[in-house]
Amino acid sequence: MIIGADTVIRVENVYKNFKLPHEKANSVKSLFTNPLRRKGRNTEVQHALKNVSFEIKRGEFFGIVGRNGSGKSTLLKMLAGIYQPTKGKLGVTGKLVPFIELGVGFNPELTGRQNVYLNGALLGFSEAEVDQMYEEIVDFAELHKFMDQKLKNYSSGMQVRLAFSMAVRAQADILLIDEVLAVGDADFQRKCFEYFKKLKKNKKTVVFVSHDMNAVREYCDRAVLIKDGGVEYIGSAEEIAKRYTKLFNPSSVDEQNDESKDKRWGDGEVKINSVKIKLNEITDQINIVIEGTARESIENPNFGFMIKNSAGQSIMGTNTKIKNHRIGKIKPKQRVSVEWSFPNILADGKHFVTIAVTHDDDVRVCDWWEDSKTITIKKDEINPYNVHPRIEVKSFTF
Amino acid sequence: MLVVKTLVYLFVVKKIVQRYRYSLILLKQLVKTDFKLRYQGSILGYVWSLLRPLALFVILYIVFVRFLKFGGDIPNFPIYLLMGIVLWNFFAEVTTGSIASIVSRGDLIRKLNFPKYVLVLAGSFSALINLFLNSIVIAAFMIFSGIELRSAALLLPIFILELFVFALAIGFFLSAAFVRYRDVNYIWEVVMQGAFYATPIIYPLSLIPFDAAKLLMLNPVAQIMQDIRYIMVTPETMTINDFYGTHLIRLFPISVAVILVIVSALYFRSRSKHFAEEV
Repeated sequence: MIIGADTVIRVENVYKNFKLPHEKANSVKSLFTNPLRRKGRNTEVQHALKNVSFEIKRGEFFGIVGRNGSGKSTLLKMLAGIYQPTKGKLGVTGKLVPFIELGVGFNPELTGRQNVYLNGALLGFSEAEVDQMYEEIVDFAELHKFMDQKLKNYSSGMQVRLAFSMAVRAQADILLIDEVLAVGDADFQRKCFEYFKKLKKNKKTVVFVSHDMNAVREYCDRAVLIKDGGVEYIGSAEEIAKRYTKLFNPSSVDEQNDESKDKRWGDGEVKINSVKIKLNEITDQINIVIEGTARESIENPNFGFMIKNSAGQSIMGTNTKIKNHRIGKIKPKQRVSVEWSFPNILADGKHFVTIAVTHDDDVRVCDWWEDSKTITIKKDEINPYNVHPRIEVKSFTF
Repeated sequence: MLVVKTLVYLFVVKKIVQRYRYSLILLKQLVKTDFKLRYQGSILGYVWSLLRPLALFVILYIVFVRFLKFGGDIPNFPIYLLMGIVLWNFFAEVTTGSIASIVSRGDLIRKLNFPKYVLVLAGSFSALINLFLNSIVIAAFMIFSGIELRSAALLLPIFILELFVFALAIGFFLSAAFVRYRDVNYIWEVVMQGAFYATPIIYPLSLIPFDAAKLLMLNPVAQIMQDIRYIMVTPETMTINDFYGTHLIRLFPISVAVILVIVSALYFRSRSKHFAEEV
């Protein structure tokens, strides 16, 4: 493969399939008992990566982001040469060191010192070379007293410290880093970030797989967003972080600016100025805030909302009268804001929010705004019912 | 001219060392680790490597030499017997030890790309070390028994190399096959049990029918074992040429070994790309 002078990694139309045996058919017996059915029937092909292409230039800090199971780790393992592509080409120029995990090859039965030499060998260092940097490694890991103890007697924090101080020694043109930051305490994370800053300053080529959009924003020049095994987007770290956040929080509110006569009507004694709907992904609450202005003086206007699903069925709603919440007397030109909040019990799919203000008699309409907003809800489970509150399930067998 | 040749030679050596630098570093550390872990927590440590074949030798000696009166016509039969057992143990250790060498390092294979053959090689080193230690025991017995070394003994490294290469070829094949088919170790255990008696280890060849012996000798291990006994212990050892009347017949077991090396290497190479997924 011809790789341009500045391109150090080129991925071209790469596909990766994994064969998942349903019934593990890895005994010689199965070779004899069902030689004809061996293929196809018992295996299911999982398409981990589909037609992935991108290039990484020398000195670039390149991010690979995507949700769990999107195929980003598979991609990293292919760059590291651990997996072979099923189809397509993958070229890497220069020495590459992968940190799929810290402390690869660490053996709990060996002492810290012996593990340093073993891990060093895996990173490509001869014994003489490890001898030379041994003191520095131990200093950096702050483990002077423990080097002759077996690794199994180390705390997990100590193991990570030792592994990390080995990893930063790696001499490579390209570094592959897979969510190393997910482990360790604050002090350790600070060391990691310092290391990253150093890599960036030294213009190393780094491929960085992460969930942490703050880290991606801070360090990556460019990134690729992987979704369901395919490239969703390649671009600046900022753009990727935005898209990733959207992918992760997919529920959204859309403006519905249809104010035609059949969608909006009323005598206008109270006029709705704005409708704001917020979806809080953390608390899983929906907030509706409406703001209206009175034209004339009006007693106890009734503010209400109603949510319909895509089939047009009314799912839920309420108004201030039902809630026994009296607005009181409003003077001309005075503004009123009403806020409702409720748990997000909506089912997966599109929902339409209708807002209305009526007079106290509940008959004469001031302002009726049919389908003022559209809310698109994404839920992990698909449920055929109209509402989908959080439901816990338990079972016993006896 | 000589200077140029030497320079070219040095250059080639340097290139090879560069090319295999990573493999060599890795091999060294894996062998060291293996060595350190093997007898960890045992008091006698490597002495066990000596005691194991010695204990077996004592048992076989009592059974076959004292009671069954085997090998009456072979001088120094006890050493002849010990030689066979040590060589067989070496062969068994390399092949059996290789089987799990890939699978047991699955964790490493899934996280790092490195030449996988290093794992099989590293596993065979403990067998080499054991062979060396056992050789010391045999040498001591030979001096004790007053066996004189003949110039033919110089051929020993060649036969040891042949045995090692043959065993490694099997080891590479088995280790790669074991990744896919986890019955391989059981099958090999049975094969080795049969092969133990199909190889003239504990009985002299004169004890079995000529035609059967003729067939048995085509096995590279049998050929090597008899040749080593011939050059080291006694020229009265029956070797493969005694059965076929020509030294050229030695090419047959050697070809078997060479063909196996090629087949195994190709199989291992093609399979090793997928170890990370299958292991």
